[in-house]
Amino acid sequence: MSLDKAAVAKIAKLARLKMEPDRQEPLASELNRILSFVEELQSVNTDNVPPMTSVTPMKLRQREDAVTDGGQPEAVLKNAPQRQGDFYTVPKVVE
Amino acid sequence: MTLDPDKFTIASALEGLAKKDFTSVELTQASIKAMEAARPLNAMITETPDKALEMAKAADARRAKGEAGLLEGIPLAIKDLFATKGVLTTAASHILDGFKPEYESTATANLWKAGAVMLGKLNLDEFAMGSSNETSYYGPVTNPWRAKDGTKLVPGGSSGGSAAAVSAGFALGATGTDTGGSIRQPASLCGITGIKPTYGRVSRWGIVAFASSLDQAGPMTRTVRDSALMLQAMAGFDPKDSTSVDRPVPDYVANLDGGVKGMRIGIPREYRMDGMDPEIVALWEQGKQWLKEAGAEIVDINLPHTHYALATYYIVAPAEASSNLARYDGVRYGLRVPGKDLTEMYENTRGEGFGREVQRRIMIGTYVLSAGYYDAYYTKAQKVRTLIKKDFEQAFQRVDAILTPTAPNAAFPIGMKNDDPVTMYLNDVFTVPTSLAGLPGMSVPAGLSSGGLPLGLQLIGKPFEESQLLRVGRTLEKAANYTAKPFHWWES
Repeated sequence: MSLDKAAVAKIAKLARLKMEPDRQEPLASELNRILSFVEELQSVNTDNVPPMTSVTPMKLRQREDAVTDGGQPEAVLKNAPQRQGDFYTVPKVVE
Repeated sequence: MTLDPDKFTIASALEGLAKKDFTSVELTQASIKAMEAARPLNAMITETPDKALEMAKAADARRAKGEAGLLEGIPLAIKDLFATKGVLTTAASHILDGFKPEYESTATANLWKAGAVMLGKLNLDEFAMGSSNETSYYGPVTNPWRAKDGTKLVPGGSSGGSAAAVSAGFALGATGTDTGGSIRQPASLCGITGIKPTYGRVSRWGIVAFASSLDQAGPMTRTVRDSALMLQAMAGFDPKDSTSVDRPVPDYVANLDGGVKGMRIGIPREYRMDGMDPEIVALWEQGKQWLKEAGAEIVDINLPHTHYALATYYIVAPAEASSNLARYDGVRYGLRVPGKDLTEMYENTRGEGFGREVQRRIMIGTYVLSAGYYDAYYTKAQKVRTLIKKDFEQAFQRVDAILTPTAPNAAFPIGMKNDDPVTMYLNDVFTVPTSLAGLPGMSVPAGLSSGGLPLGLQLIGKPFEESQLLRVGRTLEKAANYTAKPFHWWES
């Protein structure tokens, strides 16, 4: 499996990363180097081996479905790069 | 009275404070002075001297009232991955520009509850992704230890600032986080002690997430006893972290000097790798000898899937990272780079805000999780991870702890391993398997290389058996009698 420039551009799009065209080629070769390194896993026999889902044997806890926190719009919005009133603002999404 | 914080351990400073030899304010002032003098190391991203003195004053007041906590008045530095209320928290990334959290991480809140004093926030690899502290947006950290010819070396990573601060002597202890070796490898490269506890022992709440199934916070200190003290304060159940484990925290200090008589220590054959540095092999042999002389039985064990751990890690960790880092979108906090529409704003912000190594890992993670590749890469890696954990489970039926080298090499020159990402990844070859299995692991300084640089040995323990692990660590520490300290070239 080898990634080319087009594949790199596609993954960058999926990851929402702006990728200058002159970065695509070097990044493709770096990623291919990593992918060829991890290729060796294919040689491990994993028939009937369950994929790990939790490293410690534990059940996720449940709690009452009740409000435990909130009502702090100022704290929540404190670090907003841009806001209007109690809202975050973003570039126009709907025409 | 002039105090030199480099002359103290946490334990000895606590004694001095209790005997009123000095106050926390005096000790903190001395630490701040040493921290400022150590600026050439670039270990700090944010210094908080005013906050430190305020906390020290409060600590002295509590002590005077007879209400001293476990770490009352001890100046510590915090890896800049822990959210600290009202104090800039960057993860060493451009994308968190200006971010001052409105909340405190549970681990640091526990330290403050125990009376500790915050000196500031420590440099690290960006989002803890790196093994040399060279990926930081705030520039590389320099190891207090230099090569004999004066060449500047990396402190290891990702907790490079933490290791440098403790090794340089201005912080009595520091917090670190470890995803694949980020506490243990820098501890080894800087000649200090560090422990990554069992997954679930220390709350991850309020720590910037890298790979959530692997991330675990722990202490980095000058001695094993200090690590035990700090871990005691940091550990505990936290309902805010769904993977935090609800079981009591034992007294880590009480049995520290209990020795290893009758314990069985495993030596995994697979960690003896082709082309291994003979100095590392010799140190490992020496470690075996020390534990044997202290009364432990040395047992050869097999961990057959060791060879596949790094490859497994470099699928699982980037996959989790790509999903964790999706939250940095320029909307709610940190950097925003404008674009003509919402998508372009996301892309511009993330393209500019994340550094090269972080982008590489997001790309790998996105790819291995994408439709058509998920099973071949991600599911396959999680299956191999099950096998790696099983290896350890089988070994721990026969032994109480495992001894290995911490890192395949001593500290290396800044810039040396940057050409090929995989070369850098190999630095974590001995630490990654422990992380994948969620086990506690610690690094104890054990000797110096022929180049005069510190080398550590790693001990791996059973889940939630940190007490026993620390006891083995203490035995190793006593036998190694490691007292070397770096020359303070930055002060001249």
